[in-house]
Amino acid sequence: MIPLGAYLMVSAALFVIGAFGALARKSAVAILIGLELMFNAALLNAVAFWRYLHPQGFDGTVFAIVILAVAAAEVAVGLALFIAVYRRFGTAEADEIALLRG
Amino acid sequence: MVAYWIFALVSLLMVLAALVAVTNRNLVRATMGLVLVLFGNAVLFVLLEAYFLAVAQVIIYIGAIAILIVFAIMLTRHVGDAWGPAFHRAWAWAVVVAGGLAVGLLFWIAHWPAADGKAKSPVDPQYTKLLGKALVAPDGYVIPFEVASALLLAALIGAIYVAWGGRRVKGPYPQRSEEKEA
Repeated sequence: MIPLGAYLMVSAALFVIGAFGALARKSAVAILIGLELMFNAALLNAVAFWRYLHPQGFDGTVFAIVILAVAAAEVAVGLALFIAVYRRFGTAEADEIALLRG
Repeated sequence: MVAYWIFALVSLLMVLAALVAVTNRNLVRATMGLVLVLFGNAVLFVLLEAYFLAVAQVIIYIGAIAILIVFAIMLTRHVGDAWGPAFHRAWAWAVVVAGGLAVGLLFWIAHWPAADGKAKSPVDPQYTKLLGKALVAPDGYVIPFEVASALLLAALIGAIYVAWGGRRVKGPYPQRSEEKEA
């Protein structure tokens, strides 16, 4: 059977790549894509821990289902915000929306 | 033995697709990279015997979230305008943060005592049925389930409200897209 550490490694790689994307990308939609990668890494971690450490229980799967719901809600609200921002400012680049900068 | 090969291939593909998703200038291509990662995650869920979650992953993430992102790209960018710089000026700091995170996570996984462990017991063949019952059982997980439903409803209404209207600011703020066309 595949060791738990292998799943944790894949999850860590996805999380790090997603964090880089969320921090470095210019476009707001691309930042959201990075966030989705991080959500997925957390999801994979939760399911792997459930399978290897507590496969008879329901905590891990229910936690994963709640993560799915939260990710869906987050993406819907985030994209609605970007569309509103684009309508107001004519751009969805995160570093050009700097109205609060002095 | 087949499971090892599937795991190795799918993980490699996922990491490569994730790199495409965070580096490609074209947002549609980046989204396709994200879709590959999401699908690979579903395959890993099947390997982990979480069949319900694998199906939910395909339906919710690929069927809803990825499509939503594609729609947002179509609504917010001109199609021919999708080739600007991918990263902002301070991207080196992002490399520093992500690198530090990577070192910390690798250190933690290497020192995790159960990281090379085997699964303690097999999954119940009736697991999905039991999960469905546990989700709505009053002594089970009915509260998180209902809270997630309320959260989704609130997010739905909020998203419609936020994206519905709003006037364009005419004032001193530059209208970048028009400037590029002029």
